[in-house]
Amino acid sequence: MESKNNWKAWLYLAPVIVLMAVFTLYPIINTVGISFLKNYDSLYKTYDGFTFDNYLEILHIKPYLEVGAMSFYRDEFVMVALPNTLLITFITVPLSIIIALAIAIALNSIKVFQKVFQTIFFMPYVTNAIAIGMVFSVIFDNNGIINYIFGTNISWLYSGSSGSNPNYWSALFALCVYIIWHSLPYKILIFLGGLQNIDGQYYDAAKVDGSSKWKIIRKITIPLLSPQILYVMITSFIGAFKEYTSVVAIFGGTGSFDATTGPSSMLTVAYYIYNQMSQTNTLQYAAAGAVVLLIIIMAFTIVQRQVSKRRVHY
Amino acid sequence: MENIEKSPVLNPVTLSGSTGGLKLVIKNQNQSVETKRKITKVTHIISLVLVYAFLVFAAVLFIFPFYWMLITSFKGGDEIKGFVEGYEGVQTFWPMTFVNNYADLSSVFNFGTYVGNTLVVGIFSTIGTLITTIFAAFAFARLEFKGKNLMFTILLGTMMIPGEMMVVTNYTSVSNLGWTDGSRMGAYLAMIIPFMVSVFYIYLLRQNFLQIPNELYLASKVDGKSDWQYLWKVMVPLAMPSLITIFILKLMGSWNSYIWPNLITSGDRSLWLVSNGLRDSFSTGTNFDAYGQQMAATVLVTLPLLLLFICFKKYIMRGVSRAGIKG
Repeated sequence: MESKNNWKAWLYLAPVIVLMAVFTLYPIINTVGISFLKNYDSLYKTYDGFTFDNYLEILHIKPYLEVGAMSFYRDEFVMVALPNTLLITFITVPLSIIIALAIAIALNSIKVFQKVFQTIFFMPYVTNAIAIGMVFSVIFDNNGIINYIFGTNISWLYSGSSGSNPNYWSALFALCVYIIWHSLPYKILIFLGGLQNIDGQYYDAAKVDGSSKWKIIRKITIPLLSPQILYVMITSFIGAFKEYTSVVAIFGGTGSFDATTGPSSMLTVAYYIYNQMSQTNTLQYAAAGAVVLLIIIMAFTIVQRQVSKRRVHY
Repeated sequence: MENIEKSPVLNPVTLSGSTGGLKLVIKNQNQSVETKRKITKVTHIISLVLVYAFLVFAAVLFIFPFYWMLITSFKGGDEIKGFVEGYEGVQTFWPMTFVNNYADLSSVFNFGTYVGNTLVVGIFSTIGTLITTIFAAFAFARLEFKGKNLMFTILLGTMMIPGEMMVVTNYTSVSNLGWTDGSRMGAYLAMIIPFMVSVFYIYLLRQNFLQIPNELYLASKVDGKSDWQYLWKVMVPLAMPSLITIFILKLMGSWNSYIWPNLITSGDRSLWLVSNGLRDSFSTGTNFDAYGQQMAATVLVTLPLLLLFICFKKYIMRGVSRAGIKG
């Protein structure tokens, strides 16, 4: 029976194995390979040996000497895309986790209308990221509702009537507002699920002790919710590092900003990779960028797991 | 909160909060049990009011973009950009003059074509995913074979790897397979075949299959049923809620996918999916009326998703929250 089951099991797994071998495992190896190819021609599959230069060039360690239309922009990976991505990550991830926690705790403490609120707070999840991103770009329009309500005259995303490019930080602000808004539902749902699983006797004990609400949140709720918080932290770090659609949705491209205020565009790491893919003969740079992205994500995940080992209570 | 702490009546109770219950008892020695109960009741009501106020405020911020999308889709270009004579720079929460931006929409935004493409890609990749997922989850949950744990670990490990790693190579793979020759069939295959496996859904369904008691399997063996019959007659019907969840989430994924279709279809409008059409159909800028049409199009794209959500709220939220439990 054992042996009979054996080949049957592989038969059941065959579709997954074939598809994943072709579209997941082979690409991982192949992309790493391409990232080391010199002068790779993706159409004719020719190259001039192996090199580290692709990495050195995108990381601005080795200047690109050959004169070409796009060669100048190669080090945008480390000069523009990485700073943008890091800023987006370190602004949106902590803020959205804190806001989601506050909303989830509030939601958990009420009974009437809880389901109604829960539904409302989940709505941004079931929307098309491009569609709502475009709505936010109308909201943050130079003549839009935000400027009207607050009586400001800020060019948030596009150049204003004076023709000057918008300030980098105001554009980043608008983008982060959208990213946070869009990422809250998932976090609220996970946190609320965790809160509802916390045994009520902990709270009863705290009540007998006469602990304050804030103390209960700090000493009971947060520690008992730490597995969910860690999980959300890791997934949202990974998500924020791959931010691309929100930028396209809001700016319709990479945008262009006043270079004296910060990076001149909102190019992200993922955006850089797709840009290099759609140009001719730059696939090796896209591959190198993807490998660097993989290393960053791996490093972050490992560090977070290590740091949280002492802090997470299962 | 500050107001409460300053109010003289509540002072003894609220101030003692952080220092524990003992002080509370001492401070309130002179008060009767009745007053104490009243005070706790009042603080409870006040904190409840504050919680609801916070939630209502948050809910308004959550809903506002949807409202603004709908209302802007009925505004004219001048009004959207605040150029109406006498009302320069003014934005109103209700259109000053109603404009039907939906009427001429099809001349710029070919919604029917995009929906057609999206449905073909969405339905076929969803059915494909369901089949591969059911088979794999069954093998991992019910069958014994060498290297089972190793296989499952490798599978879960691939979830850590960013999709960009695969996209770089898959982009050339699909052209090697001849799927980027510009034909409709090729584009469909390129958008369907690579997306017929989802490790996360395999994980989800395996967990569900594992919950089915062993006795059912043994009973069906006694009845002389094969593994194949047991899978389709017992396991699949029992796991139907999970399968519905996968079906809906996967379909929503196709509706929202932008990057890969953008690479595959590039400039060919007749092959665009919904998101591509939405992003790249409109040339706003100086043509202010395009803003209104753009918002009308976003309403059309958003509405089916919200309807799906209302109908299958339970399945969607359960499926999404399942992700958080595996900590």
